[in-house]
Amino acid sequence: MTRLVLKRLAYGLLTLFVVSLVVFLATQALPGDAARAILGRDATPERLEALRAQLRLDDPLVVQYGSWLAGVVTLDLGTSFANALPVSEYLAQRAVGSLTLMALAAVIATPVAVFLGAYSALRRDRAADHATSAATLVLAAIPEFAVGILLILAFSTGFLHLLPAVFAGNGQAVLEDPEQLVLPVATLVLAVSPPIIRMMRASMIEVLESEYVQQARLKGLPERTVIWRHAAPNAIGPVAQVIALQLGWLAGGVVAIEYLFGFPGIGLALMDAINTRDLPVIQAVTLLIAAVYIVVNLLADIVGLAANPKVRVSAR
Amino acid sequence: MTTEHSGTGGAGGGAAAAVRVDGLTVIGRPSDVEIVSDVSLTVRRGEILGLVGESGSGKTTLGLSLLAHGKRATAITAGTITLSGEDLLGRSEAEVRRLRGRSVAYIPQSPASALNPALRLRVQLAEALHDAPAGGGGVDARVREVLREVALPDDDAFLARYPHQLSGGQQQRVAIAMAFIGRPDLIVLDEPTTGLDVTTQAHVLATIRALTRDYGTAGVYISHDMAVVADLADEIAVMYDGKVVERGPARRVLATPSHPYTAKLLRAVPLLKTTGHAEAAAPGEDALLRVRGLRAGYGKADVLRGIDVEVRRGECVALLGESGSGKTTLARSIAGLHRRFTGEVLFDGAPLAASSYKRTAEQRRRVQYIFQNPYEALNPRKSVRDLILQPYTHLAGRPDDPDAVVGEALERAALPAAYAARYPEQLSGGERQRVSIARAVATRPDLLICDEITSALDVSVQAEIVKLLRGLQDDGMALLFVTHNIALVSNIAQRVAVLNSGEIVEYGPVGTVMSRPEHDYTRALIADTPDFELSFSESPLHRTIQGAEPRTRTAGD
Repeated sequence: MTRLVLKRLAYGLLTLFVVSLVVFLATQALPGDAARAILGRDATPERLEALRAQLRLDDPLVVQYGSWLAGVVTLDLGTSFANALPVSEYLAQRAVGSLTLMALAAVIATPVAVFLGAYSALRRDRAADHATSAATLVLAAIPEFAVGILLILAFSTGFLHLLPAVFAGNGQAVLEDPEQLVLPVATLVLAVSPPIIRMMRASMIEVLESEYVQQARLKGLPERTVIWRHAAPNAIGPVAQVIALQLGWLAGGVVAIEYLFGFPGIGLALMDAINTRDLPVIQAVTLLIAAVYIVVNLLADIVGLAANPKVRVSAR
Repeated sequence: MTTEHSGTGGAGGGAAAAVRVDGLTVIGRPSDVEIVSDVSLTVRRGEILGLVGESGSGKTTLGLSLLAHGKRATAITAGTITLSGEDLLGRSEAEVRRLRGRSVAYIPQSPASALNPALRLRVQLAEALHDAPAGGGGVDARVREVLREVALPDDDAFLARYPHQLSGGQQQRVAIAMAFIGRPDLIVLDEPTTGLDVTTQAHVLATIRALTRDYGTAGVYISHDMAVVADLADEIAVMYDGKVVERGPARRVLATPSHPYTAKLLRAVPLLKTTGHAEAAAPGEDALLRVRGLRAGYGKADVLRGIDVEVRRGECVALLGESGSGKTTLARSIAGLHRRFTGEVLFDGAPLAASSYKRTAEQRRRVQYIFQNPYEALNPRKSVRDLILQPYTHLAGRPDDPDAVVGEALERAALPAAYAARYPEQLSGGERQRVSIARAVATRPDLLICDEITSALDVSVQAEIVKLLRGLQDDGMALLFVTHNIALVSNIAQRVAVLNSGEIVEYGPVGTVMSRPEHDYTRALIADTPDFELSFSESPLHRTIQGAEPRTRTAGD
């Protein structure tokens, strides 16, 4: 088991390395010139040249990548072109904000979706099941920013004026004003839940039809024991991968939601950075999003392995 | 018959009845077809009722009704079930739940899928025991006691295991322990030995017999295999199309079956002791297939060592062995499906490459393979016609008259030509296996490798398939027949190779091996096989059966 986990960890690091390469090359391929983007159209050729030299933009790509990667490893992400702050300092606050948003969405969406899926399976072909089915289909079909807009219409500008539509404040300590988090988190929850619910329902139905569940019933066990001891743990295995995919999606999906709600997180930072050709920030944010994705998938793999006694025991 | 509970012959009467079923009818929804119609039965304490019938006869539905359990989309519409003197149907869900495990327990057909893969044995056994056992000692002590009774280890290490860490026989023993742990009055056994090889089956049956007697438990043993039931049951009820068509003491039913269907079931059981199929070819004639010093394995583990086998033209050689003996690996190696082997495989004088990819189309055409499970071997999206034509076109080229090819292949597999338009889901298990055979014989192979092709089928269907294979052999086809069923060997093969732990321990003409086995392992195999012949040797039917199953190959078809 430990060996398997270490192996997955090594694969995760390898993936991250490949991602860093792709990110670096992709930002290099962006049209336009960072020096010109920073100095504007009126800059003299001498000043452009000087800035290029200062930013070492004329070094060979390999050298640039090497020094960037060395910086990444030592957590020195370089200096933002746009505001001359160290990238790590510039992003730290925003990353905390975004991660808070994602973590809240994950912590709420996962158990609720798993429970709803299981409940739907237990009520198979009855009204509650059909309602859940229809709702998840509709939600899965609407893009998440549209869901967000609908929520804003419903809860802040249209009928009810319960919650703020746009994030106010500077992003220091986002948790201090939880009211502001409700709509963004709700939007994310609604966006990630439907596939988890559907997968859990299908998996649970399969398990409920299995012979070991029939056998548990024939042993005279209370239905509660049958469901929570015999059925649910076996149903969750295949769902773990879907949960991982969905939570991994959060890392990217948060960009649109932050833009919609004006939430000061890495998503908004990324949009700004792309506008200003702020290469170090773009690189850092994309790498961060990739890292979140990889970590979430790694966790799902470990959970999946741990949930399977065949793997857990034989590889001990 | 030593406990106070045991019924004494037929004199026990109603008082000793553990379960009484009256006029039970179960229908399927929404078609309202009667799955079980108007069935009445009684089983006394300490006795076993053999409930015999083919797939679809309603025997499992009836068995589950005894636990007041219906599969999805079934409903009990009439009749009563009296369990230990109390009415079972019409009770609330909670009351039924209290009875399960205490008054009535169930042993499933396939313990591999009926034991929860994610729970340790300790949990699964202990939860089956609802009340603290009488006589003190607690749940844990009772768990260990019942494990000892089914001849399993009772230490902590064993209790901490998961089902996948047990062999098939051990899994079935755990399922038996789980049923007996609450000392129920009635146990329903749903073909509990189907997936087991003969040695394990013999041990499991002995355990069941001993426990029902010691506990004074009544047993309902559901099976399609008359040989097993003859070995075990005190009474037999034969089910056909949802009805009990014959019922009576085992000896009487076996000796003088009154219903034609019972007689058909009896006739379907392959006889163990035969002189073997007559020698097909003179020794010394060129072998069609010659395997020399074959050694094969998975990863680092060797599964087969030093295998020498020969199959001559028109001959059937049986590969006999239990699960794990390596018989399927050998068959797959010869077919080119298992590549990791060393040694020589000569087909018609020319060496065969290890991988089927490296063999010529002609070589592949001449060696065909039929798989064990007909439910998985046919692509559900293709019609029978396409299933037969596709490999034919690939190996023998596009035929001038495809319909003739399909028609002929179906005819050789004894299927009507109209079946060409059907899809696998419209076929029964036996029909599916016939389609597999038709697909294999369409290319007119010289060697047909049959990998346990009857093990997923009912005994009576199995008999028909064996008859079909004999006909193919008469047409000059050589067969390599892989099986764990020693009785089948007698009925189809001329020579037999007995495989044990990857080695051939005995190899010779079937008659000789069956009547004078030289190796201990072969002797044990023969001893463990239920010897059906003895059970009804006095009956007039026995002679008819022998007459109906001629050992010499005449143009009887």
